[in-house]
Formats: sequence, structure tokens, C-alpha cells
Amino acid sequence: MSSRHTLSVLVENKPGVLARVASLFSRRGFNIDSLAVGPTEHPEVSRMTIVVNVDELPLEQVTKQLNKLVNVIKIVELDPDQSVQRELLLVKVKADLTTRSSVLETVQLFRAKVVDVAPDAVTIEATGNADKLDALLRVLEPFGIKELVQSGMVAVSRGSRSITERNTLRPVERTA
Amino acid sequence: MTSAETATGAQSLVRALEELGVDVVFGIPGGAILPAYDPLFDSERVRHLLVRHEQGAGHAATGYAQATGRVGVCMATSGPGATNLVTPIADAYMDSVPIVAITGQVPSGAIGTDAFQEADICGITMPITKHNFLVQDAAEIPRVLAEAFHLAATGRPGPVLVDIAKDALQTTTTFTWPVQMQLPGYRPFTRPHGKQVREAARLIVDAKKPVLYVGGGVLKARAAGELRVLAELIGAPVVTTLMARGAFPDSHHQHLGMPGMHGAVAAVTALQKADLIIAIGTRFDDRVTGKLSTFAPNAAVIHADIDPAEISKNKIADVPIVGDARDVLTELTGAVQAEIAEGRKPDYSSWWRQCEDWRRRYPLGWEPESDGSLAPQHVISRLGAIAGPEAIYVAGVGQHQMWASQFISYEHPHTWINSGGLGTMGFAVPAAMGAKVGCPDKLVWAIDGDGCFQMTNQELTTCAIEGIPIKVAVINNGSLGMVRQWQTLFYGSRYSNTDLKRDRPTYLPDFVKLADAMGCVGLRCESQSDVDATIEKAMSVTDAPVVVDFVVGKDAMVWPMVAAGTSNDDIKVARDTAPDFDYEMGEVTQ
Repeated sequence: MSSRHTLSVLVENKPGVLARVASLFSRRGFNIDSLAVGPTEHPEVSRMTIVVNVDELPLEQVTKQLNKLVNVIKIVELDPDQSVQRELLLVKVKADLTTRSSVLETVQLFRAKVVDVAPDAVTIEATGNADKLDALLRVLEPFGIKELVQSGMVAVSRGSRSITERNTLRPVERTA
Repeated sequence: MTSAETATGAQSLVRALEELGVDVVFGIPGGAILPAYDPLFDSERVRHLLVRHEQGAGHAATGYAQATGRVGVCMATSGPGATNLVTPIADAYMDSVPIVAITGQVPSGAIGTDAFQEADICGITMPITKHNFLVQDAAEIPRVLAEAFHLAATGRPGPVLVDIAKDALQTTTTFTWPVQMQLPGYRPFTRPHGKQVREAARLIVDAKKPVLYVGGGVLKARAAGELRVLAELIGAPVVTTLMARGAFPDSHHQHLGMPGMHGAVAAVTALQKADLIIAIGTRFDDRVTGKLSTFAPNAAVIHADIDPAEISKNKIADVPIVGDARDVLTELTGAVQAEIAEGRKPDYSSWWRQCEDWRRRYPLGWEPESDGSLAPQHVISRLGAIAGPEAIYVAGVGQHQMWASQFISYEHPHTWINSGGLGTMGFAVPAAMGAKVGCPDKLVWAIDGDGCFQMTNQELTTCAIEGIPIKVAVINNGSLGMVRQWQTLFYGSRYSNTDLKRDRPTYLPDFVKLADAMGCVGLRCESQSDVDATIEKAMSVTDAPVVVDFVVGKDAMVWPMVAAGTSNDDIKVARDTAPDFDYEMGEVTQ
């Protein structure tokens, strides 16, 4: 039975690393549900959050193959119960004088934000986990969604420990 | 002591190659790589061999690496030069061969503009290299070269490509050596886990029907000696895959031969019936397992490999061991000795009676050609007998490759070189050239098919000009023999586009004349009575490459055979002929 797994992947911040990761997934026949990449507290390290929908065994293959990429420094699977997971949503919803107040009420209910207003539409920004954003969209749908853009998921473990600790980031330097 | 000197990027590249101990580079110059060829011209330590096609450079680097264990190096220019390396790079990737490919790239300012002879070779080779680099800063050249060689040679070996922009080669920089490598994400495991090794030893002494399934990783780890110690200690049957021929002496009584699609019945069947498979440096390739779901159904699996991703990729391992084959074999030997010291000695005697019976009743062999023509198996068998076990044999891909793996007795490691994983036709001639360059004192025979030979034979000109006296046995059946065999068996004998002769009375090209035209000695042999004398004559030529055109029958087939996608239980020893396992199971009971 396949299920969603969230992988936090620390990679060297070098050109082409995203292509290597994406190419590996495609070549080995693994599907990516979502992928987000950005800098970390260490300028030489980027962090990818990859959500994959696979069984346990293929997941083991994914992580082993990812680990073989020379630019991949570390991979941690985040337990959904032990981590905070967020996606960002920007949605442009039809809202004229008759519906605007209802739309704004929905925005309030979901603790979302209006970031732009036009005579016949508002643009809403919302963050949250996938369930919350799905719920928001279901409520907004009847008003008419004109445009929707969504980020990949980013996630971080709960508690004080950091996955960039424990000497894993110190470059292994050898002399030829 | 660190030395620093002012140099161009190109000089820096050549100096790095010198410091890395490179003695030979196979390549062809061109626009983008041209700056590198100027200082290369002056190097007293790096010999450049000008090949006739970049594919030849790549396979030569592979042949060199497989024969010597050192990193093979090839060089090409941007665009088509680089793309011509794609096949040998993919080949080296599949067979885990340590090679470094150095390519020129268009100047950094022109990258991405579809400049003349621009190709994104890093993008193209991403899935077929262990790693690759695009260098646009001259100062990075020594470090990247050091990293490339380190990556190619350590852990699971493999090809690494270094693409260098032309302006980086031309810029003045400082050459510093030694360098600090920066590979924070590269930490290959080599030391096996003691607990796993002890668990493996327990399974070994408890097993009743074990088989040591040996792959090319044992050769990569230079661990043939350690393998023999362990094999003789436990006394289990040994099978060596196509990539591992020579890792264990063929003459050794414990050796059942090669497993797989064209493996020996005893080797294939022993794996099928085993209760324990001890897999060392091998990857349960589909050509070995046959239909995976029916492979060795009753066997527990100990799987040792240096690449964690190979373990449980195809066949689930009961005892996974990540480590270098030499360390694994050494530690496993110690752990088994400890078991034996405590009185747990394995007893495989009834298993051996069964294996011996398979071996006795289904030896490798061949039928004479029905039309009286020369049997290709006879040629290859005699070649092995006359050239002997000290020679290096390099095969192309197809029927001749399988016969060369079956009918030559390999006694020493690194005497059998072939294209296993990718199955690259045209591999033999350039790889033999590379092997001969790496081992100039060894006799090197390429065994090639006439289809393969027509793909890459131009490197014989390189051999003639550069003084690389390889010998080539062309097993000439006038057809693409292995494909023809499949057409015979699975396509109703409809020989669509496998006939290289097409009703002509004589072969085109005339390989003897072709050999002569390329500065080689050309010989032809068409009858069995001339085989030995022709081989002897070829062996007597020492100052030039030799091509022997062995004109053989086209109907010979490779047996045994497990048809693609079927179970190893359905192995055939000849057309429509399966071994009679029921009979023998009744005869030899446990």
C-alpha cells in the first residue's frame, strides 16, 4: 500500500543539483507529489522538501539512490506527527460588491489574508497544511476561483533538534 | 609539501593529470578542448593516444581500467566529440568501471546560446555518470580533477565526466598541489557491519545447500584471493557471473561455472535449488535471475555490496552487508572460522552429490555444424587453449561473447573483459587496445563478431600506428548472430535484417584486405583443420596487430538458454530440450 512520505534533503547549494534530483526521480520511475527548495541557515547548503507517494520498499530505494548523488548531504524522513508541515497558497477569487463580505468572512475564518483587492476580485494568501488549504478552497470555490497558485510543502521537525547539527555539514576534506 | 606555480587552466589540467599518475589518455582534439592539447604535447608523463573515433577512446579507457584496476582516461572536444563518448560512458556506468572523461565545452559566455559544437554534456550524461562537473573557473581545475578521480575509483567505481569551458582552459591561474577535496555528501561505506557478518557466518554453517554467487564487485575490489580463501574454507559451490569470469579459477573443482541466461545448467540450477545464496559484489541482474519471482524460491539471501542501493533492489536480502568485497570476504572468513572453532562445521556433502550430478550430466558443449562449416565454438575453444590462461580476452557482444565466456577457461582475475550490463556491440577492438596499452606485456586477444567488428574496427589503425599489437579473432558468421538466434527461436526463422552478407558469394568487406589496409596482418581460416595453425601463425606476429577472419557457420546457437522473461527452471540445453530434473531427483536423493 502506498502512502505519502515527506523527505527533507540537504544538498550542496550548487548549480544543477535540483536537476540531478529531479532526473533521478524520473529515471527510477518515482513520482514526486511536491517539491520545494530553498536556502538554509548555512549558505553552502540548500534544503529540499520532497513529498513522494510510494510503498516502504520503493521509499528505501528512493532514499538510497538519492544518497548516492554526490551533492546530497543528508536525508531525513519527517514523521507527520512529529513535524510542522506548511504550504503557501495564493488564490484570486471573484468578489464583487454582493459577495465580497462573504469572501472576507471566509478569509477571517481560515486566518488567511487578503493581499490584493480589485473591483471584481480579491487575492487571498493562506498558509497551512494540505488539509486546511483544501478546506479553504472548497469554501471559496462557489464564489468562483479565477487563478490559483500553490507552493510545494516545506516541513520542519518539532522540538529543539536540528537536522543540520551533528557534524553532518562539515565538509569531508581529503588530500589527493 | 604544497607546490604552487603560475599556469593556464590547460597547463593546470595536464599538471593535475601528471600528479594523479595518469600515464595515458585516449582522445581526439577539437576546438573547445584545443587549449589542453598544447601543454599535453609537451608532457613527458602523460602519453596521448590519438584514436579514430571518440567512442574508441571511451572503450579504450574502459579496457585499460578493467585490465589494470587504474582509472582510465579519455578526452574529447565539445558537442559531437562529447556526445560520441555517451555510449562508452553508459557502458562504464552499467559495469561500474572507473573512467574519467574530460571534455572541452564552449566558452562560458557562450554556454546556453546554442553555440557551434555546443552540447549540454553534463545534462546528457547525468543519468549515466557517477557524477559530473562543469568547470568554468580555471582555479577549480586541479581540485575538480582530484575529486573526479577519487569519485571514479572509490566506493562503487564508475565513470565521472569533467566538462571544462574553453575560457577556463585559457585563463591564467595558479596550479596548486595537493588539493583539498570538497565532497561533503560523498562517504562510501567500505567496512562491513560486524553483526551482519556474524549473522551471515551463522547462516553459512547452518545451510545445507549454499551457493557463492560471485559478481564483478569481487574483481573491482581485487579480492579474488580472499574469495578463494573463503570458498575453500566453507567448501560451497561457486558460480561466477559474466562480469566475474576469472574471479575464481574455472579449473577449481568447486566452480560450477557461469549462471544466467546462457549459464551452465549446474550453475543455474544450483542457484535455483539453493537454500542459501551468498551474493558478493553482484546485483541480481535480470540476465542472472530470469523471471525474478521464480528465482531461487527457497534460498535465504546474504547480499554484500558496496552500493547500499543494490541490496534488496531486486531480490530481498535476509542479511544485507554493505561493504567492500575484499573486507567482506576477509571478515566473513574470520567469522566462519570462529563458528567452525566452536564445532559448527558445515556439511554440504549431499548437496555436492546433487551439484556434481548436474555438472556431469549437463556439461557445456556444442554440436558440429550440420552443413559441415566451421563451428564457432571450436574456434574459440582452441583459441583459449592455445593462447592460454595468461592472455587477456576481450569480447564484443553477442553469440561470440557468450561462447568466449563459456569455452575459454579463465584461471586468473582481470583476464576477461567484456561489456556486460549495457551490451555494447563494438566494445572489443577499442577495449582490447586499452587493455594492451595498460598491460603491454600481456597477450591480448579480442574475440569479436563480424557485426561488432564493423562498428569500431577503425581503432586497428590506431593500434598499427601507435604500436599496440593486439590480436582480433573475428567470428564471422555473416550475420548478427545472437539476434538471428532469437529470430530462429522466437520469430519463426524470419531473418529480418540480420544477414550481413545478403546472398553474396563472398563477405563484404573482405576482412583480410581491410586488416591489410589498416596496417595489420590479415589471416583467414575456413576449416577446422586450419584452426590451430592459423592461431599459431597469428601468435607468431609480434610487431603488428593481427586480424583473423574465422569464417564460421551461421546456424550455431548459444546453449544453454533461459529465454528472456522466463524462469530459470525452464532452462533449455538445446532447442526444445530441457534437463531431466525429475529423473535425477529420483536418482540422487537426500
